[in-house]
Amino acid sequence: MRLFVHEVRTEQLLFWRNREAAFFTFFLPVIFFLVFGSIYGDSTITKEHVRAAPFLEAGMIGYGVASTAFAGLAITMVIRRESGVLKRIRATPLPPATYLLAVLTSTFIVFLVETALIVAIGRLLFSVAVPDRPFSLLAALIVGATAFAAMGLGLTSAVRSAEGSSAVVNFVYLPMAIISGTFFSPKAYPSFLRALADVLPLTYFTKLTRNVIVRHEHIWTQGSSLAAVLLWGVIGLLAAIRGFRWQPRDG
Amino acid sequence: MNAVTVRGLRKSYGDHEALGGIDFTIEAGEVFGLLGPNGAGKTTTVEILEGYRRPDAGTVEVLGSDPQRSGTAWRQRIGVMLQSSSLYPVLTVRESLRVFAGYYATSRDPEEVIGIIGLAEKADARVRTLSGGQQRRLDLGLALIGDPELIFLDEPTTGFDPGARRTAWDTIRELRALGKTILLTTHYLDEAEQLADRVAVLRGGVIVREGSPAELTGGIVETEIRYTRAGEEIVERTTDPTSRLHELTAQALARGEVLAELEVRRPTLEDVYLELTE
Repeated sequence: MRLFVHEVRTEQLLFWRNREAAFFTFFLPVIFFLVFGSIYGDSTITKEHVRAAPFLEAGMIGYGVASTAFAGLAITMVIRRESGVLKRIRATPLPPATYLLAVLTSTFIVFLVETALIVAIGRLLFSVAVPDRPFSLLAALIVGATAFAAMGLGLTSAVRSAEGSSAVVNFVYLPMAIISGTFFSPKAYPSFLRALADVLPLTYFTKLTRNVIVRHEHIWTQGSSLAAVLLWGVIGLLAAIRGFRWQPRDG
Repeated sequence: MNAVTVRGLRKSYGDHEALGGIDFTIEAGEVFGLLGPNGAGKTTTVEILEGYRRPDAGTVEVLGSDPQRSGTAWRQRIGVMLQSSSLYPVLTVRESLRVFAGYYATSRDPEEVIGIIGLAEKADARVRTLSGGQQRRLDLGLALIGDPELIFLDEPTTGFDPGARRTAWDTIRELRALGKTILLTTHYLDEAEQLADRVAVLRGGVIVREGSPAELTGGIVETEIRYTRAGEEIVERTTDPTSRLHELTAQALARGEVLAELEVRRPTLEDVYLELTE
C-alpha cells in the first residue's frame, strides 16, 4: 500500500510536469469544449432534439477518456518502454502489478479532474445543469477509463518506437474521436460513417455519458452500451496480455 | 561464499549463438570485470544474471537464487545500471533519486547518493538538461539508491571524459571498500585493470581467459625496452629487464652517450586483450 501511494504520487508529478502531454491529454478536450460550446452551444441538435451544450459536454467527457486513458497512456508507456524506464523499474522491488495499478489510478485521477473541469465550465459558461445522476456518471467514468486504458496498453504492442508513438496513437484516436460523434451526433452521418461508428467503443461510451447527463438515465438501464464498452475493454486487455513488453525493442 | 555462480550458460538468438557455454563465479565482495569487444556476449550475460533474459541451457545462481524465479526480496539486494540511460527527463536529479528510493524497504539517503555521484550542483536540475555523462552518473546513483549487496554496471563509463571516468572509478572503489560485490562490463582495458579483482575476457560468446589482471598480464613475460640511438629507434624484448637495463645504461655511460627516449614497458592488459581478441 505504501508503494502504491508512492507510485501514484510519482505518476501525478510526472504527468503534470510533462507540459506537452498534459496539454494534449488534459487540456485539449477542455479547450474544444470552450471553443465548440461558444460556437454552437445554444443551438439545437435536431436529430437528437436536445440543446447542443449538454450534448457537447457529455461528448467532451468521451473525448477526454480517449485522450487521457487511451492515447495519453499508450504514448507514455511506449516512451517509458523505449527509454528503458520500464526495464529499470522491473529491476526494483516495486511489484509490476502495483506499478500498473498505480499508473491506471493516476490516469483515472487525471480523467476525473478533467471531467470535473468540463462539468464546471458547462455550468458556469453554457448553463448546463450539474449532472443529476452523479453515481451513474461516476460508474460510467470508471468503466470507460478502465476499458480505454486496457485498449491503450494493448495498443502499445503495435507501436515500435518512441518517435512513432504519437503518430500511430493519433492515427487511431483522432479519427475515432470524430467518427464516434463526440462533437456531433452520429445520427446525422452518412450511412458508411454510421456503420463505422457502430463498431467503435467510443460511440458507446459517449452514448453512455449522454444518456446519463442529457437524458438523466441510470447506468443500469444502459446494458447494451456498457456491454459494448466492456467487450472492447476485454479485447484491449487480451492484446495487452499478449503484447505488453517491459523492454525496449532492441534491448 | 559466491555471489554469482554460472555453469554451462548458453543463449542463442535465432541462428546466432550469443553465449556458447560459459562458466564463472564471483565471490562476495569482489569486483569482477567482464571484458570483450562489442557483440562478445557481455550484455547478454549480465541481463541473464539480472533476470531479464532466460538462458537456453546451464545454471545461474545470483545471491542464492535463480534470477528467473526471484521476487521482490531478491530485487531489494541488487542494483542495476543498464547499458543505456533510462531516466525520467522531466524530474530533477533529487526527485529521481527520491522516487527510486521509495521502491526499497531500506534505501540510502538521496542526499548522500547525490554527493557520491558528484551531482550536488545539479541536484535541482531537470534530467533533460544534464550532459550525457551527468545522466550516466545519475544512472549509477539509481543503481546504488537501494543500498544493494550486488551491483551490475554495464559499461558504466562509456562516453565519459577522462576526469569523469576517474571520479566514477573512485566511486566504484568506495563501493568495493564497503564490501559490495560488483559485476562490471567494459571494453576499456584500463578500467578493468584499475578496478577489477578478476577479469574474464569474452570473445564470440566464450570466455577465452580468466584471472586477476596481474595473472593475465603475467602470461606474457617479456618486457619491452625502447630507446633511440643515433636517430634509430631500437626495441628490445627481454625476460630479465633489470639486468638488461643495467647493461644498457652502463654501456651508454661508459661511451658518454644518452639513451634518448628510454622507455621500459611492462605488458598491459591491453596487449593480452589484443592478442586474445584479434
